[in-house]
Amino acid sequence: MTTLTDPPKAGFRLSQLIYDTRYRSITIQTVAMILLVLGLYWLVNNTIQNLSALGKDFDFGFLSQPAGYDINQRLVEYTSQSTHGRAAIVGILNTMLIAVLGCALATVLGVVIGVLRLSKNWVVSRLMAIYVEGFRNVPLLLWIIAIFALMTEGTPAPREFKVGGDASMILNESVAITNRGVYIPGIVLENGWAASAFMNWMIIAAVLVASLFAIRAVRMRANAVQEKSGDRPTTWYQQLALLFVPTGIVMFLMGATMQFPALKGFNFSDGIHLRNSLIALWLALSLYTAAFIAEIVRAGILAISKGQTEAAAALGIRPARTMNLVILPQAMRVIVPPLISQYLNLTKNSSLAIAVGYMDVRSTLGGITINQTGRELEGMLMMAAFYLVLSLLISGVMNVYNNRTQLKER
Amino acid sequence: MNKSVLLGAMTVAGLAAGAAAAGTLDDVKARGTLNCGVSTGLTGFAAPDANGVWDGFDVGVCRAVAAAVLGDPMAVEFVPTTGQTRFTALASGEVDVLARNTTWTFSRDVDLKFTFVGVNYYDGQGFMVPRELGVSSAKDLDGATVCIQTGTTTELNLADYFRVNNISYEPVPIETNAEAQQQYLAGACDVYTTDASGLAATRATFEAPGDHVLLPEIVSKEPLGPLVRHGDNEWGDIVRWTLNALITAEELGVTSANIEELSAGTNNPEINRMLGTEGELGAMLGLEADWAKNAIMAGGNYGELFEKNIGENTPIGLARGLNAQWTDGGLIYSPPFR
Repeated sequence: MTTLTDPPKAGFRLSQLIYDTRYRSITIQTVAMILLVLGLYWLVNNTIQNLSALGKDFDFGFLSQPAGYDINQRLVEYTSQSTHGRAAIVGILNTMLIAVLGCALATVLGVVIGVLRLSKNWVVSRLMAIYVEGFRNVPLLLWIIAIFALMTEGTPAPREFKVGGDASMILNESVAITNRGVYIPGIVLENGWAASAFMNWMIIAAVLVASLFAIRAVRMRANAVQEKSGDRPTTWYQQLALLFVPTGIVMFLMGATMQFPALKGFNFSDGIHLRNSLIALWLALSLYTAAFIAEIVRAGILAISKGQTEAAAALGIRPARTMNLVILPQAMRVIVPPLISQYLNLTKNSSLAIAVGYMDVRSTLGGITINQTGRELEGMLMMAAFYLVLSLLISGVMNVYNNRTQLKER
Repeated sequence: MNKSVLLGAMTVAGLAAGAAAAGTLDDVKARGTLNCGVSTGLTGFAAPDANGVWDGFDVGVCRAVAAAVLGDPMAVEFVPTTGQTRFTALASGEVDVLARNTTWTFSRDVDLKFTFVGVNYYDGQGFMVPRELGVSSAKDLDGATVCIQTGTTTELNLADYFRVNNISYEPVPIETNAEAQQQYLAGACDVYTTDASGLAATRATFEAPGDHVLLPEIVSKEPLGPLVRHGDNEWGDIVRWTLNALITAEELGVTSANIEELSAGTNNPEINRMLGTEGELGAMLGLEADWAKNAIMAGGNYGELFEKNIGENTPIGLARGLNAQWTDGGLIYSPPFR
């Protein structure tokens, strides 16, 4: 009300607050604001009152207490003596792992299927239509459980891999598919520089990223030379060397060796254990989201006018190159914004992990920790904050990419 | 979309219901039914029968409380809960009493703010393995894959036991007993661990129970009993003394067969006080004079409940052991009705 510039005249009536267009919007906004504040006040007050009625306080101290439970899949060091906070971090990393793996596979599958769905080959386009309709019209939870059941019931137990058993490893005795997961060869660093394996791999990842930047610099120089002279220097061997040599040297210095899975006691040991829970969740999330991404890609391609294809054909560009060089770059502008939503969906859907016992943040912080400590409110708020931050990060990164692929209008 | 939303909603509902928690007895009477939290299905303890009627040892406690409070053992609304959802269900007021093989521990009593009203089964954590593995001791389980229900004390005991004995294992977290059974039978885990009574009950439902053995190690104390929320002592008293009435009835030889006869009046003053022919214990609890009689008639006394649901003549076949009356060398003991 303080924003009013002309003071109300002597003839001001209360009804003017509603019927006079000069005041109406301010009246409505004030009332809405008061209701909002009252609502928030009620929520907070109700929470405080009921917490005290239950004799509970609001305290994050439980995060530094020992967790007491074990987690099977952990990307960082963790034992049952670690804290609840550490357990939450293990869960957060597992959630991020499934989100990254899922988004990557879903994108690849989605783009391929979306393009194939527009194929002139009747059989291929129909098959892709069946895939899309099949996956996006059946609830995700069913796919997760179905794939998990298939892995658990349809594959042999590790003990059948013993000498004289029914099952055997594939790919030259290097991969074992069991009902507890898939065991694949892994790389171990025997004398890493940092204290933990996780940090060692982070160093290697940093070297790899630096190499990628170097490759980009080489390409940009090649572009510059091409602009000036019209001849593009041959750089593929430089790029290849930059990609593999620095990382290879670092890994060699850290004493990287291949480890093959071998049956020992009850289970396979050594190598990398991809648990059934991870595989089921990963495949189900990817296949399900890929169906949606395929439709987005198809819509993006169809949004590009046919004239573009015809123009490209008139210039003598082959169909495959037309798709890669003319259609897809333009379609990206239409594709990226809805693609962001799909990435966010996939990330949030990963909290269905509990159905197959995948230890994501929902299972550690939001499940066992809450159950052992009784800190529902704190745990739920932390989890909501985590998913919010992760989602904002994903959409932030994708928005940067979107801005770069957008049509530059001058 | 998923459980976190559900739990969040339940938390909010719990906050809203918390303030009204003081008068549980009035709420139950006004509602006309007792909301009782049970497991999602554990044969012998709490499982729906072929007609969909819940039956079992824990269910018997719920029915006895309903009979004592409302006079009708069938006036119970059963709420199936998993290891993870049970405490939220109780704290939020979704259930009035939780009778779900729940272990009485310090932190659950003090930190989670629940009142354990007594122990209806003294248990300990055991391990079940297929006979063909040839394992004879839990110490031989180095490197084994273990199915474990999340959100339970057994999960913590398991971590402690393997750490103390310096052996490694791979936990496979699962939500319900049914899932564990499926995973275990499919061979996705070598070992299933939970309370020994739960293992016996689960094994009894297998096609070939003889192919599976329980290892001799019992690695923990698991006193299981019904629990209620902190903050309503009157309600806690009702549930506690209903359980005590079932136990005392067995000790004094009051069964569902002879209770009609005994409630006409006997020479034993404790029976008279309990069954309401002498004194007014019922009125002190805010219940009818025949509350204990109704509770005992609901499913019989403690011994009858035990024998009918999990005793040696059932497929589960548990011996009384620690759960015999104190007069027979067990731990089942009720304070006197006086």
